[in-house]
Parts: sequence; C-alpha cells; structure tokens
Amino acid sequence: MSRIGVFICHCGENIARTVDCARLAEESGKLPGVMVSVDYKYMCSDPGQNMIKRAIAEHKLDGVVVAACSPHMHEPTFRAAVVQSGMNPYLCEMANIREHCSWVHTDRELATEKAIDLVRVMVEKVKRNQELFPIRVPITKRALVIGGGIAGIQAALDIAAGGHEVILVERQPSVGGNMARLSETFPTLDCSQCILTPRMVEVARDPRITLYTYAEVEEVEGFVGNFKVKIRQKAKSVNADICNGCGDCWNKCPMKKIPSEFDAGLGYRTAIYVPFPQAVPNTPVIDREHCLKFLKDKCGVCAKVCTRGAIDYEMQDEIIEAEVGAIVVATGYDLYGIGKEQPNERWKGYGEYNYDTYKDVINGIQFERLLSASGPTQGEVRRPSDGKVPKSVAFIACVGSRDPEKGIEYCSKICCMYVAKHAMLYKHKVHDGQPYIFYMDIRAGGKNYEEFVRRAVEEDGVLYIRGRVSKIYKDGDQLVVVGADTLSDSQVQIRADLVVLATAMVPHKNAYEFAQKIGIACGSEGFYSEAHPKLRPVETMTAGIYLAGACQAPKDIPDAVAQASAAASKVQLLFSSDELEREPIVAKVNEVTCVHCRNCIRVCPYSAIDDKEIRDRHGNLIRMVAEVNEGMCMGCGTCVAACPSKSVQLAGFNDEQVFAEILALGHE
Amino acid sequence: MVSDEMETEGKPALSEKEWQPKIIAFVCNWCTYAGADLAGTSRIVYEPHVRVIKLPCTGRIDVSFIIKAFEQGADGVMVSGCHPGDCHYTAGNYHARRRFAGFRDLLEFCGFDMRRVIFSWVSAAEGKKWADLVNEVVGKIRELGPFKEYQNLLAQSAL
Repeated sequence: MSRIGVFICHCGENIARTVDCARLAEESGKLPGVMVSVDYKYMCSDPGQNMIKRAIAEHKLDGVVVAACSPHMHEPTFRAAVVQSGMNPYLCEMANIREHCSWVHTDRELATEKAIDLVRVMVEKVKRNQELFPIRVPITKRALVIGGGIAGIQAALDIAAGGHEVILVERQPSVGGNMARLSETFPTLDCSQCILTPRMVEVARDPRITLYTYAEVEEVEGFVGNFKVKIRQKAKSVNADICNGCGDCWNKCPMKKIPSEFDAGLGYRTAIYVPFPQAVPNTPVIDREHCLKFLKDKCGVCAKVCTRGAIDYEMQDEIIEAEVGAIVVATGYDLYGIGKEQPNERWKGYGEYNYDTYKDVINGIQFERLLSASGPTQGEVRRPSDGKVPKSVAFIACVGSRDPEKGIEYCSKICCMYVAKHAMLYKHKVHDGQPYIFYMDIRAGGKNYEEFVRRAVEEDGVLYIRGRVSKIYKDGDQLVVVGADTLSDSQVQIRADLVVLATAMVPHKNAYEFAQKIGIACGSEGFYSEAHPKLRPVETMTAGIYLAGACQAPKDIPDAVAQASAAASKVQLLFSSDELEREPIVAKVNEVTCVHCRNCIRVCPYSAIDDKEIRDRHGNLIRMVAEVNEGMCMGCGTCVAACPSKSVQLAGFNDEQVFAEILALGHE
Repeated sequence: MVSDEMETEGKPALSEKEWQPKIIAFVCNWCTYAGADLAGTSRIVYEPHVRVIKLPCTGRIDVSFIIKAFEQGADGVMVSGCHPGDCHYTAGNYHARRRFAGFRDLLEFCGFDMRRVIFSWVSAAEGKKWADLVNEVVGKIRELGPFKEYQNLLAQSAL
C-alpha cells in the first residue's frame, strides 16, 4: 500500500480564488493510498516546504503530490525539498492547478472538479513512480575539431589553452582554409596571411594539438563524452617525419601546369606540391591523379632529388581511430559555382554572366588571389585573359544570394563588405582605374563596417550603381555589363576590362552527407542547424557536438572566430567535470520479451538504440535483442510507443504509469 | 478579479445530473504543455472540461492510450505536440504523425466517429491557440453529445 502525501497550494489568491482548496484537500484525502492531504497559502515558501518535509517523516510517505503551479515553474523546488527528507526526487510530482486550472477557468465548481481530477491523476501516477538515479557518464577529455580554417584553428587553440588534448583534422594538405586565400581583410585592411599564419604555426607547434592534414573524418560513433571516431589519413606519399620542406621536389617536378586549387584556378602548381608557400605543415603531398609516377609509372624525379629519402610511392591511406569527448564542426563554406553546371536542381546558375566562357569574368575569391601578394600575379591586378591591367572593373554583388528564383533566398552577409574592399584595394593598386559596384542594398552592419563603405565611396571614388545586371557580353577585348540603375530609373551599360562576381556562400558540397555521417541536422540550405537560433547558437541537437564558423551560416571572420571561441568554451565546460550527470528519464529494453524486430532502432531520433547479442557461456549466439545506450537516450519515448511487444519502457513515463493516469480519469 | 467572482456568482449551481463533456488530452511536455502554461500566465479563460496528461513527446503516445481513454468514458480525445520541424526531440512528432495517420484509417474503418479524436500542433508560444482549440473541441463534443455508441458497445461486450 502506498503512502502518499498531497500538498495543495493556494498561491496566495491565485489558486484559492477559483479553486476551493479546502474541498480539494478534503477530497484528495479520501483517495486510496493518501495518508495526508493539506492546503497552505504558499507551498513554495520555506514554511510550506517544511510542512512537506515534516509530513514525509511523520507519515513515512513514499510519494508526494504538490498541487500548485506548473511543474515547469517549481518542480525543481519541490523535488529538492523532498530530497532533504531523504526521499528520491522522482517520487515527487506536481499537479498543475494554477496555469492549467485556476488561471483559465472562472466557474469555481467546475474548476474545483478539474483540480480534484488533476490531483487524482498525479496520485495514481506517483504510486507507480520508481526511485530514479542520475545517470553518470564518464567523459574523455579530448576534443576533435573538424576543419582547419580560421574557425577550427581558433577552437583548437582555445581548447588546448584550457589544458585539453585536441585532434584537428583538415581535408587539405595545409591548415588555413579560405582565410589563407584572402588578400586583406575588411574593415581594417590588415593582411590576412599576416594575422593568420602565426595561428597556423601555433596549432602545429602546440604539444596538446595533434594535427592531421590531408585527412578526413570517416566515421563518428558514440555519444557525448564518449565518441569513437575514425579518421582517414590520405596517403601523402611523403614521409612527414623525414621531410624538411626544402622544396627540391616540387621545383623539379615536370608537371607544372596543374590548376592550383588554392589560387582558384588562376595559378598553377606541380603534382608534388604544398598549396601555398606558408603552408602548415610545410610537407608536400603527391597528387596521384596528376603524377606521372602513378599515371604511367615514369618520372620518379622527386624521389631522386630528395636528399632525405622522404618520398614514398608505396604509402597507403591509414585509418586512425581515436576517442574524444566533444566534437567541434568547423567545415566552412564553398562558393556558389555560378556556371551552367549546378549540383542540384534548385540552383539555376547565371549563364547570362558567362562565367564559364569569359576568362575575365571571375569570382570574389579569384579576385582575392589577384590582389594577394602570394597570388599568381604577386599582387598586381592583371586580368586572366591577357595579363593587362584593367582600367575599369565592374563588381556585381548578390550573385546568387537573395535570389529565390535562382535557388538561394538568404543573404551571404559578407559580400557587401568584401565588394567594397575589393573596389577599394583595386583603386589602391590601379590609381587611374574606375571601380563600379552593382548592388541591391548595402548591408554593412558591424563594427566600423558602415564607415568602411563610406570610405570606399568618399575617399576612393567607387561608383555604386543600385540595380541588377541582366547580361554580360564581349565587345572587342572589353566586357559590356548591361544593367538597370533603379535610382535614376534607366538602363546602364558599363564597359569593363574585368568583371568580379560576388557569388553566394554555400555549404560545403558534401555538407549534407557529412551531417548524416556524424549525426547532426542540416537546414534546408544545407548549413548545419544550431540547437536554438538564439539561446544555443553553437550547440547542435546532438549533445557534445558544437558548431563554429561558416558551416552554420554565412559569416565573416570576426563572427567565425567568436563562434569558435564560444564552441571551445562549451567544450571546456563539458570537460570541467569528470563525469556527466544526466536525467534518468531514459528508455530501457526488457531483454526477456524483446523479439528484436528493430522497430525501436529504426524510430529512435538519436540512434541511441543498437543491436545486442546474447551469448551463452561458450560464446554461442543465442539471440539478438535491442539495447538502449543510456548516455545517448534523450527520453522522448518514441521507441516505447513503437514497440509491438511492449518490451521498451521509459523511466518516469512507463505504460503502467500512463494507463493509471487514464484510469484515474474514468472514476465515475 | 472582481469580474471573475461576479461571473461565477451569476451562474446557476451545477446540477448533479447535467452532462459535462469529458475530454482527455495527451500533450507533449515541451510545446503544448508549455503552450497551455502560457494560456494560464496570459489568463486566457477557456472551457474547463479538458484533462491534460503530460508525456515527454507526442512520439511517446501509444495509440492504445487513446482507446483506453474512450474506454474510460471520454467523449473526446485530443493529441497535441510540437509543430512539425520543431520537435524538442528532433523527430518524435513525425513518428507520431505517421502513427496517427495509420491509426485514423483503422478507426475510420471500424466505424469510429473521428470527430471525437482531435490532433493538432500547439507550440509553447501559442497560448491563445491552445485556449481556442479547447473551446472549439468542447463545443464540438457538446454538439455530438455523450459518446453513447462506445459506451453501449462496451456494455454489450461485457455481457
């Protein structure tokens, strides 16, 4: 027989005005199993809580129902109170007679009837509540950072600075990401490489950071605090331990005309290469798709010239397994390829701009390379077709962005700023040149951003034309940009030597597949989803996985760095204790009755349920069942409803409890 | 608060025999329960005939809960959770939606009056929607009257 106490709160007048609390206490007292039923003006006050604590001891209660406000308000208060009397907190429940009753009804009699029902429901439930204990999960205090751009670098450095080990994985042969390709950065115009390379060197040098470049994360298993990851270290064909980065190999490599990815196709590289001179690590890799040794089994010059014998044509991909407690995803962005070939049906491209056809129609990152001192023109602005210095340049903003017709509705956020910067830097290099900018609006929200745009207009004579460009065609060796000027309501034609398109930022092309692989969610555009758009902007819905940088949404460098530091601090917070304590509202499988239909495994939104083998003592497989991983289960109960043999139950909300609640309403 | 009291005073005392609709609502903890809390904090007055049973997620709602509710004399059953795409548990409400679509067809096939089962989405921000929904459902069930068909069948099967 249960011994339940019912404690009814007047909440001053808030409840008592509409609900007859004395009658409620009297009726509740008649319920089977209720040992004590009292009402009081403020149950949450100290005297109220003491009343509960005393009653638990006096009446040897094994369950408490507090009929008061919403459990979202005071459940923690009352559960903490019963704990002080030695009762398990999960034996205390609340009946919501304020928000769900007294505040929304006016008929005293009907409201009191409802309150009696609500109390009865909770009394029946609490009789079947079991003692539950927080689940403790150990934490591996090592973080994995995926992506070695500025966001990944910042996150790795911050976590390492907190004294934890970090594994940093970068797909390219060098860290640095897109930021390493930029010339100068708005709004301060400091050289991108000058501020970035010290950070790159730091991640390579920090003893707590293990850096894998030319590597990709293949698999993520496990859960918060206890992830198991597999990293594919692609064969570099160069032994990084021996190589000293002297450069003899790439200087002698005969394959000199391979378009450089780093220079966005404007420059060339060799088959054995480092992407750029300041690369970290400064170890070359062999691009096997272009190397004569691999294509035709000829050449082998790099091995011959390498005095240290670091070249290893036999090298194989290697799978590295690691255990980590937290993951920061910082996989960055791509640019909308605006040509005719598009990766999906929604994106229509901009065939009318002839990006594919005309060499002198380039995108923003290509123009960055033309401006960069480490770029293919050593920082001189020369157009790709004939190397001439362009005397007029048309910059077109919002190419792809904010254009639902072409497939992308969002604003790429950074283009207004970098277009202004491009026009400014061009003017600084070609004093007699004329930059034109076609724009929709100027969005310069950010510290010193608006001032920067004004400077471009007022000091550098950049000509802003508000309107869209309808087509670009060739006339002689110039390009004619045809567009509208919506401020003067006229058509304009600009003759330009070079056209730069500010193309939209899009998620990395494998973003969706990668999200599936590691178990996080993507929005419709493919950017990774944060747990809450305002209050949890760096967490994902998967506990222990955090986001940093442009993989979550288009953002500029300061925002990416801020988010990376925020993600790092979340990781530090997680690593600040040795064990993770979780609410014990989790599902559990009854292995005796489970028939292994796998329904629960299929419906679990968290992939928290897995197959389990039951073997006899000789190791022979007897049968298979499902098993819930307590560390991953979030307690939604979807598996419980899906189980045909009722072999999964959710602690705190098991079938017995819910049916008892329903039965409690069927009394008449 | 004075007006509240006056309203109560004006009403005749509830007669013992007068039928009142009995409606059981299964709601998720994160959206609809919180939405109903909001209706409370906003003091939106609505009909007092609905009894809420809180579950973590609509995904937890077993269709047998609905049957059991009718068996226990409910005249109507409501199921409400987070809007599609907004589930606290990412996808529980999708599973619920799919489960109820099949369940609906089955009930309909059995000749069940589907006007007595109401599915809806109410978010934590939709206190007004919750109140309106309850009023609408209570109105509808009042029109339909007590669920005698089910009770009669139940009585027959007991014989």
